[in-house]
Amino acid sequence: MDRIPILRMGQFLLVTIQVDLYDRLALELEADLVKMVSKTGAKGILIDISAVSIVDSFMGRIIGNIGVMSKLLDAETVVVGMQPAVAITLVELGLPLKGVYTALNVEKGMDLLKSKVQIIEDDEIDAANDNEDHLPE
Amino acid sequence: MATEITKILKKRKSVILERWMKNQLTDETLREDLISNEELRAESEELIDILTKSLNETNLTDPDSSDFDHVIEILGGISLSRAKQGFSPRETGLYVMSLKETLLQILQEEVKDPADLIAATLNLSRLIDNFSIITFETFIKGREEVILRQTDEITEISTPVIRVWDGILALPIIGTLDSARTQVVMESLLTEIVESGSSVAILDISGVPTVDSLVAQHLLKTVSATRLMGAECVISGIRPEIAQTIVHLGIDLSDIVTKASLASALSFAFATLKVEVKKVAR
Amino acid sequence: MRLMITKIISLNKDKMSIAKEQDVVPFRNRVKEYAIKIKMSLVNQTKLITAASELGRNMLRYANGGKVLIEIVSLGRQHGIRLTFDDQGPGIPDIQLAMNDGYSTGKSLGLGLPGAKRLVNEFEIKSELGVGTKVTITKWANG
Ligand SMILES: Nc1ncnc2c1ncn2[C@@H]1O[C@H](COP(=O)(O)OP(=O)(O)OP(=O)(O)O)[C@@H](O)[C@H]1O
Ligand SMILES: [Mg+2]
Repeated sequence: MDRIPILRMGQFLLVTIQVDLYDRLALELEADLVKMVSKTGAKGILIDISAVSIVDSFMGRIIGNIGVMSKLLDAETVVVGMQPAVAITLVELGLPLKGVYTALNVEKGMDLLKSKVQIIEDDEIDAANDNEDHLPE
Repeated sequence: MATEITKILKKRKSVILERWMKNQLTDETLREDLISNEELRAESEELIDILTKSLNETNLTDPDSSDFDHVIEILGGISLSRAKQGFSPRETGLYVMSLKETLLQILQEEVKDPADLIAATLNLSRLIDNFSIITFETFIKGREEVILRQTDEITEISTPVIRVWDGILALPIIGTLDSARTQVVMESLLTEIVESGSSVAILDISGVPTVDSLVAQHLLKTVSATRLMGAECVISGIRPEIAQTIVHLGIDLSDIVTKASLASALSFAFATLKVEVKKVAR
Repeated sequence: MRLMITKIISLNKDKMSIAKEQDVVPFRNRVKEYAIKIKMSLVNQTKLITAASELGRNMLRYANGGKVLIEIVSLGRQHGIRLTFDDQGPGIPDIQLAMNDGYSTGKSLGLGLPGAKRLVNEFEIKSELGVGTKVTITKWANG
């Protein structure tokens, strides 16, 4: 396992993290994703972490970075499928996971991304920021 | 040479059992409602069997000897099951005490030399007393297990997660919310969110007597964890007194959606899910 | 008479060295094996392993690696996992400061130490400048 594959689905990118990442792999994923967003003009990134059993501050920071960086390139990031034990641990650790949206599963994450992109297209002029969805913390 | 009392005990094994049974059966505290005579007999027979087998002249004066491991195991099993069946400590203790009485009676009949008798009685008493202490210890352990199990059951019962609507969960919290309880609440709520695929969870705190900054912190954590999973968490059942304390303590709940009643939380959830509920004219 | 146990005793142990980034994941897996052995709940396992990951990473990042002792400990009837992280790095000048949320000399979130403390039942840190840092954490199976 050398690189995490990034799947292109229309105007979105899908990444499924299957293993517990060590640092280099995570950093590469960050770089690859940002490059891919820029190259394809993707409007959203979906990161499926349902197979991830540990998110420590390092992983959390990478996920947050991806969110902020892709936002700079005009794409939204949704993290989906976080396991309950991971969510409870992150809250205790004190990691806010800023800059990304969350959804229960890939399907719901896709819907969320679509609605985000829709909203952005609708409000192109006044660039309204909607805050109805779940930005954690 | 001193009388070999372990030989005597081995020889009179069956008499010991008969007498011990008689002692137990005539005792007024015998719990025939909890244990049948046959069971009692089988239990007692096994114990005497193992005891006479393990006992010899050297370990008689050494209650800590590992030769008695098997005896202790059996005694432990008996007192543990008695604790769970609801025997009192007195009734459980009596089991071993009456054995001691029986054994000493036999010694009295068999050992003729008074000095030998005293020595034998002392040694045997010390040994059986040690067994009684172990019996008590395990009995208490058994009770503790019962208590622990009940505590677990209570915590589980007191955190029911209800599927009120497709995609909406409700969790009424009754009683105080400490950190152990919060852990259970979070776990069952998040697990249920995954299982049911719900997007809104309602945490109803009308049954929580007071909300101090610690409780508020626990509520905030639960909300944050729910949001990390990708669902929204609404807190309902905020009584006026609670609203007052929250403000007086300077607790900031502005990041979370709060509603006065479960009904208004539910209509918030409907709105979020774009569900419309209305009366129909018949 | 058998003695009642009132002191923490160590039942089973293992030592691992964390010298490079690739050592972190196998180390976490080993901790998980131990936690499963004592029937630790999934949430507690996750908390323990996350704390372990933070401390192991600190060791790599600030002290060029170090060693971890993994132990199953017991206190009376409860079992737990104790991890001791031992490095020969530069040490931490002000532990109180380092334990604050958000304090970092590595331009990071500064959550590792205080976060790890919140995730376990017992947390102890000792550090001497120029000698090294030693962090000991314990998580009880049902704690
Ligand atoms: N083993 C160590 N040896 C020397 N210094 C350390 C060690 N561990 C931590 N420190 C110091 O303590 C500071 C705080 O550590 P902590 O883990 O809380 O935050 P961080 O590593 O900077 O950020 P994060 O863990 O959130 O990525 C570090 O920035 C570093 O200066
Ligand atoms: Mg750190």
